[in-house]
Amino acid sequence: MAMIFEFVVQGAQMILVLALAPLLIGFIRKVKAQLLRRRGPSIFQPYRDLLRLMRKEVVLADNASWLFRSAPYIIFGATWVAASLVPTFGTGLMFNWSADLIAVTALLGSARFFLALAGMDVGTSFGGIGSSRETMFASIAEPAMIMIVFVVALIDGSTQLTEIAAHMLAHVELRVSLGLALIGLVIVAIAENGRIPVDNPATHLELTMVHEAMVLEYSGRHLAVIELAAAMKLLLYFSLVACIFVPWGLAPHGADFGAMTFGAAAYVIKLAVGGFLLALFEISTAKMRVFRVPDFLGAALMLGLLGTLLLFVSRSL
Amino acid sequence: MTPLTAALWSIGALLGVGGLAAALARGGDASRFIYCLCGVLCLILFGAAVVPRTAVALTATLPLGLPWIGAHFRLDVLSAFFLAVVNLGGAIASLYAIGYGAHEKHPSRILPFFPAFLAGMNLVLLADDAFSFLVAWEFMSLSSCALVLAHHHDAENRRAGFIYLIMASFGTLALLMAFGLLAGSVGGYSFSAIREATLGEYWKPGLALALTLLGAGSKAGLVPLHIWLPLAHPAAPSHVSALMSGVMTKVAVYGFVRVAFDLLGPPAFWWSMPLLTIGAITTVLGILSATIQSDLKKLLAYSTIENVGIIFVALGLALAFKANGMALPAALAFTAALLHVFNHSLFKSLLFFGAGAVLNATGERDIERLGGLIHSMPRTAFLFLGACVAISALPPLNGFVSEWLIFQAVLLSPSLPQWSLKLLVPAAGVALALSAALCAGCFVRAFGVAFLGRPRSITAKNARETDLWSLAAMSGLLALCLLAGLLPSYLIDTISPAARAFVGGHVPTQGDIPWMSIVPIAESRSSYNGLLVFIFILFSAFLSAWIVRLLGTHALRRGPAWDCGYPDPSPVTQYTGSSFAEPIRRALGHVAFVARDHLDMPPPGDTRPARFGVEIRDRVWDYVYSPIQMSVEFGADQLNKTHFLTIQGYLTLVFIALVSLLLVVAIWP
Amino acid sequence: MGNLSFDVAHLFAGSLVLVSFMLLYQDRMSGLINIFTAHAVILSFSVGWQAYIQHSPHLFVTAAIAIIFKAVMIPVSLQRIMERLRIHRDIEIIGGIGVTMLLGICLVALSLVVMLPATAAADPLAREDLAFALSVVLLGLLMMVTRRNAISQVIGFMSLENGLILAATGAKGMPLVVEISVAFSVLIAFIVIGIFLFRIRERFDTVDVQELDRVRGGRR
Repeated sequence: MAMIFEFVVQGAQMILVLALAPLLIGFIRKVKAQLLRRRGPSIFQPYRDLLRLMRKEVVLADNASWLFRSAPYIIFGATWVAASLVPTFGTGLMFNWSADLIAVTALLGSARFFLALAGMDVGTSFGGIGSSRETMFASIAEPAMIMIVFVVALIDGSTQLTEIAAHMLAHVELRVSLGLALIGLVIVAIAENGRIPVDNPATHLELTMVHEAMVLEYSGRHLAVIELAAAMKLLLYFSLVACIFVPWGLAPHGADFGAMTFGAAAYVIKLAVGGFLLALFEISTAKMRVFRVPDFLGAALMLGLLGTLLLFVSRSL
Repeated sequence: MTPLTAALWSIGALLGVGGLAAALARGGDASRFIYCLCGVLCLILFGAAVVPRTAVALTATLPLGLPWIGAHFRLDVLSAFFLAVVNLGGAIASLYAIGYGAHEKHPSRILPFFPAFLAGMNLVLLADDAFSFLVAWEFMSLSSCALVLAHHHDAENRRAGFIYLIMASFGTLALLMAFGLLAGSVGGYSFSAIREATLGEYWKPGLALALTLLGAGSKAGLVPLHIWLPLAHPAAPSHVSALMSGVMTKVAVYGFVRVAFDLLGPPAFWWSMPLLTIGAITTVLGILSATIQSDLKKLLAYSTIENVGIIFVALGLALAFKANGMALPAALAFTAALLHVFNHSLFKSLLFFGAGAVLNATGERDIERLGGLIHSMPRTAFLFLGACVAISALPPLNGFVSEWLIFQAVLLSPSLPQWSLKLLVPAAGVALALSAALCAGCFVRAFGVAFLGRPRSITAKNARETDLWSLAAMSGLLALCLLAGLLPSYLIDTISPAARAFVGGHVPTQGDIPWMSIVPIAESRSSYNGLLVFIFILFSAFLSAWIVRLLGTHALRRGPAWDCGYPDPSPVTQYTGSSFAEPIRRALGHVAFVARDHLDMPPPGDTRPARFGVEIRDRVWDYVYSPIQMSVEFGADQLNKTHFLTIQGYLTLVFIALVSLLLVVAIWP
Repeated sequence: MGNLSFDVAHLFAGSLVLVSFMLLYQDRMSGLINIFTAHAVILSFSVGWQAYIQHSPHLFVTAAIAIIFKAVMIPVSLQRIMERLRIHRDIEIIGGIGVTMLLGICLVALSLVVMLPATAAADPLAREDLAFALSVVLLGLLMMVTRRNAISQVIGFMSLENGLILAATGAKGMPLVVEISVAFSVLIAFIVIGIFLFRIRERFDTVDVQELDRVRGGRR
């Protein structure tokens, strides 16, 4: 019985991340519009967009291969799994231990690998440009992410997100390294999700684009799946920040239904705050040149390194 | 018959097959027969390696070699592991070669040396005295060199063979001196004698380690001794390239492990520092160089350098932990290193096989002239893609597991007492992460440019799928990659005895952990379950596909590519390999090499096309090898003068030599 | 209390190192001055915190000096002078930010390796402070080495000096700290003015060609 309950909870988490991801996108768009004194579309607009895309027919390039057609589902699968392994409303879920923080990062790497390949499949110049840039960003963002994982793992003695959250809750401390890791993680998240100032999610047909260039040839249901995966990736980074740095409200392992509901409510509030901050940040900065991005990401890498170094002089290690 | 005698008989048989091939190859089409024999013998050797037995090492002495020593052979847990790796690679390469070898124009140049090469590698693993080790090592080098020179009509291949020969001799020389130091003045050249002898002085073990690092490192491809590798490995026929890259570098790793973890005795903590530093530099430089290569096989060779660097970083970690008496972390790092040895031998062989299949089908190694092969060679493309995912350390395939274990070992580094190591290890960790990310980019580029997009040449357009033998070999390798990625616990348990024997600890037994996940240290610290992740990904991918079908339409229409409304029918407008690598070259490339862009823009009115070129200079070559080359030439010029001395002059030389030797004897304590 | 006081001191000292890195990274002149202000403010917080936990009121004076001189007066005057010289919108061309950053990280690592084993017996608070202070000093030196612009060199020098003050306050029982810091601040102000006089004179020189030639000839 307990096993079934845990299974259901894990399933609930999977459905929760799937359901909330478009809402988060819609919310951020709405907040951005409001901040710019526009009315903006409804926060449920992304759901409508997805449904509309699914109902449209797929227009496939003549020379698109099987990889092009299967990549969206692989990307979606990997992202969904990664997103459901990060604690949202509760820790210690049934399958949380099947991948730790490093594995979650690598799962996103798998998704990106196939996305970059899909961009190159049709053989257009735009797809190539997107894949190439995505690869360059990733090659700096990934070591930065690993350094951030180092900092967190050194503090908490674990790379399991469940353990990290529990340790953070138990030892509330003022640590400069954690602050550095947080900034670094935010930078990585911005770059990985193609938000301003790295990439502009609202534009098409701009030579600086990265993510949009890779998915340029996609249409119909394939595009819907990829968009949903991208939304889930954003949600994943929000959950990651929430789980590591603000783990309050997370239901512990084996908690009852009430605690989980509370955790879910806390999660939604965290998402809302995070989404608002992201929107505020996005409207207050301009997009940077593509060759400035390595410097930007290099800053994240540097913060991670510095955080590790500073940990060695801190009190307990 | 013990496994060791079986192994020795099989090696003898391999040598015999080499002789047979030399006799047969001139006649008719003997290659299938020879490769079949090689494959069977490799399987027997593999069986000898993996057959369950007690932990006690088996020894044998043959009346070969130096008359008063004989040749000692020994099969212990470490050599058994490497024997398994080598012969698994050898067997699959033979299977591949049954199909691939049929395309060879001059089989007589390859067939005799292929079994000899396999025999040489096996002998290195079994040798138990310095003499037979070095003879086997040199035999392995020379037979592989003959294979590199198989297509010697190409001037580039001749150059590759020449450089390889020089570097191999240099490596053997360094190893020779290392063993001379280890054996000491008493001259106990058998490994058991070396093991018992202690190198008293402080500098002696360090010097021996440095020499071993030079010797084994030059064979494995550590920077800056790597320059021969990207020349020689691609020059050989592809199944041999796979053996050299996937397997022979592992024999070099074996040589290093044997000396550093076994013969040298208890390590000092600072031994690990050169390993970590050189390993980290090797990974980053190797993968950066791979990223800008347009020759597919050269790219793979550079990526081998990267992986060797990863292995050496893990070995350095193991040494550091071992020197500080931290058995569990040492075992973790050691296990990770050996696991990566195994994994790399699998996917690198597969990649070279794929490159060979492409080479056969199109006659091209240059990815800039390929493209669209996924349509004409769908099976090869699928298998190559699998290997790309594996080597890029992406879950759920096997490359990720070993890198994950290395990262877990790196995370344990703060408990090391030495400050220098505390700071060096995370830096090496960053290098590993950087190289992992770059590796993914490199293989996106390799696969994307060669197999995806539109064909860039007629030959690429008219390519045909490769033969069934090759496909069988590649499928087998991919299946192994998947298995090793999903169920790594059994592999870890297999390596466990070696870790216990060489670093004095072992990773907790993984086989009985529920759900077959791996938990290297403790459940609360980290765990990974490739099988579950794989099942989850499959489940969610299919679920999403099903839901999409349910909600949406099935309609699908083919049409010309959209490309923002500016589609261009010419395949030249695609992103090429060099344009793909350009951002990375700009962002990181200047660390590794000097890259200069040339833009030749004709003035208005001129109809000449504008040209863009990139000149890349290898700093290692400029700063290390060119000075050496120049000084050698200078020295040779100077020595040349001694050819024209008078009798008196020669006598003076002999006299001076004699007196100085006597002086040395007089001064020596 | 013990933990918290250590954590806060760590936070301030660590942030000082971080801001040193931001100084290294920043290539806009006005941004550079703002970051330097932050550097000084964090320094004065750090000194103030040390004064609080060491119960030594004279350190409060040092903190006050730091905030008045370095966080208000010098930035403001720098800003004014730059506006007058019309270089406040300048962007300095720095070659190889990534390499500089890596070098900086190596310097921090180096100062940790040097300081921590050497002061193993000392109070953890002082150890950590000294290690950070040495990093800040080295980073300031690095900034002076890598920059060509006179203003960024001055700022590099002043950040270096901030590191010295951090070191002086972290090590307990240094009664002369106040005097030293005042002396240093005056010295800094002197250098700042001197450099700007030099710059302005350079401007005039460009106007007066004969004068310029005469100076050059005199140097030869």
